[in-house]
Amino acid sequence: MTNDAPVLATPPPISVSARSHSAESTASAGLATGLSAPVGNSGQTAYGGEPITVRSNAVRVVRALTRALIYLLLLGGSVMYAIPFIYMVRWSLMTTSQVYDPDLFWPFPPAWENYSYVWQHHPVPWWLFNSFIVTFIGVTVGTFVSCVVAYGFARLDFPGNRVIFMVLLSTMMLPLHVTIIPVVIIFRELSWIDTLWPLIVPGLGGGAFYIFILRQFFMTIPIELDEAARTDGASRIGILFRVILPLSKPAIATVAALSFIGNWNEFFLPLIVLNSPERITLPVGLRYFAAGQYTEQLHTLQMAVAMISVVPIIVVFFFAQRQFVRGITLTGIKG
Amino acid sequence: MRTTRWQRWSGLLFIAPWLITFLWFTLGPFIASIFLSFTNYRFIGLPEWVGADNYVRLFTDDPKFIRSIINTLYYTAVHVPGIMVMAFFVAILLNQKVKGQPIYRTAFYLPSVTAGVATAYLWILLLQPNGLVNQFLGIVGIDGPNWLTSSTWAMPALILMSFWGLGTTMIIYLAALQGIPQHLYEAASVDGAGVIRKMWHVTVPMMTPAIFLTAVLQIIGSWQVFTQALIVTNGGPRDSTLFILLHLYRTGFEYFQMGYASAIAWVLFVIILVFTVIQFGVARRWVYYEGSAER
Repeated sequence: MTNDAPVLATPPPISVSARSHSAESTASAGLATGLSAPVGNSGQTAYGGEPITVRSNAVRVVRALTRALIYLLLLGGSVMYAIPFIYMVRWSLMTTSQVYDPDLFWPFPPAWENYSYVWQHHPVPWWLFNSFIVTFIGVTVGTFVSCVVAYGFARLDFPGNRVIFMVLLSTMMLPLHVTIIPVVIIFRELSWIDTLWPLIVPGLGGGAFYIFILRQFFMTIPIELDEAARTDGASRIGILFRVILPLSKPAIATVAALSFIGNWNEFFLPLIVLNSPERITLPVGLRYFAAGQYTEQLHTLQMAVAMISVVPIIVVFFFAQRQFVRGITLTGIKG
Repeated sequence: MRTTRWQRWSGLLFIAPWLITFLWFTLGPFIASIFLSFTNYRFIGLPEWVGADNYVRLFTDDPKFIRSIINTLYYTAVHVPGIMVMAFFVAILLNQKVKGQPIYRTAFYLPSVTAGVATAYLWILLLQPNGLVNQFLGIVGIDGPNWLTSSTWAMPALILMSFWGLGTTMIIYLAALQGIPQHLYEAASVDGAGVIRKMWHVTVPMMTPAIFLTAVLQIIGSWQVFTQALIVTNGGPRDSTLFILLHLYRTGFEYFQMGYASAIAWVLFVIILVFTVIQFGVARRWVYYEGSAER
């Protein structure tokens, strides 16, 4: 992948392009000197020219300006992306009259009573409870079952393994929305409408995407470890629990994190199958405040409920940030 | 011999949980929805066979359906390239060696994780005539429109909002950037390549698998836009943000025309399939996989 340019005996131009530093994580990159000379070109040349020791002031100025611009863009962009969250907190802590005050940015004292009000006067505890139940079962049982299924695909030689795995891959292209009508009819026949079962049971078989991630990871574990365990008398289930799972903690954590977000944010299905005020989940419950979109008291209360639904995600995100990022590389996008 | 055969077949037990839920909640409903799309079914009573009537009605006698397709195409055409370019740009910035990268990365990534109903309601407030978006535009001297009540500006508002969720795309690019071998840049430097040439001849070719992946995901995602369209604009004003999935939802679960809604679902499925197949077909021409001979 070199380009066709002839070899030049001049100092290479400075680089502000994306130089990868895969060995170091971005987290530890803070101490690096930044946009210095491209790696491998410091000081002398290996291509026949004279040693390059003098850098003009112009180059240095350009480099400093580029660096300043990068900081400016990163800081400015981060602030822009964070501000909506700050507004959510701000509104959730305002009284109705404060919303009308254009000069007031931050309410003081904060109207914490918005939170106690929604907690006591709306079925918010129920919504939180329902969301929690669905998410908890989805994350624990769903992730575990996904591991078992992924193990089957990765390691066991049953008839049709390949074909069934191809089917599993193709279901990732098939959105729930295409099958939603018959699915809801099934739920009605089972008398599951207005219960949490429709949100729980389909996930008990493991998710196709999660199985895919785990299977890819399991495939990277040397088969010799399985064989060694088998010689020691381990059964297939024993190998799963004592060899595969302990070595797959990063992948399992990634799947659990993705499953948490997926379950917690799920909206389309609960919107259709849940009705009663105390049986809905948080995302559906938020709609209860939409009746008067243009009355300010509802804004503040709604933002309080929005905070209740967003804060758990943020907490999980900060604990599992690396798992999210790792999930991308686990899918093997590098081809 | 018998134990081996049992051993072989019993492997199916491991995948049985997925297989059962797949047959029950995916394959069965998938086949049933083909059948339902040729019937008139109103959630009570029995489905009544109407042949291809539903499909004929979709394309000849349902302006809302045609409108929803056009709207979704509009959204796709702006959202997909827009979010890919922005995410690429942000990923490049986040790959520089400067202080505080974990903080910036979190700021850019977090909105895509929290995306949902709560942030949709937040954006209703941000997009009010005197809301944050217009205040920001005011700083640069632009008199912002009344986004959500204008049939011209409601769709741009949803697209603008979608750019807040560039995190997933950005993280995929960042992972790909960090996977580019350093020696390629060194070789390019030796050849005298500058910033632009390195970007164009090293970074972009090495990123094509990631670019392809995000293009596929974003286009599929565009055909499944629902939450924003329901919450923020409720399809309006005057159907200007009526997405195909919102039309499906209303037809099936507000008007209970479930046969007709199944036909919409099937058209949606075929559209997603066609877009995906086309992309995989074209991919061979421009996606570079390291280690494979062809480009």
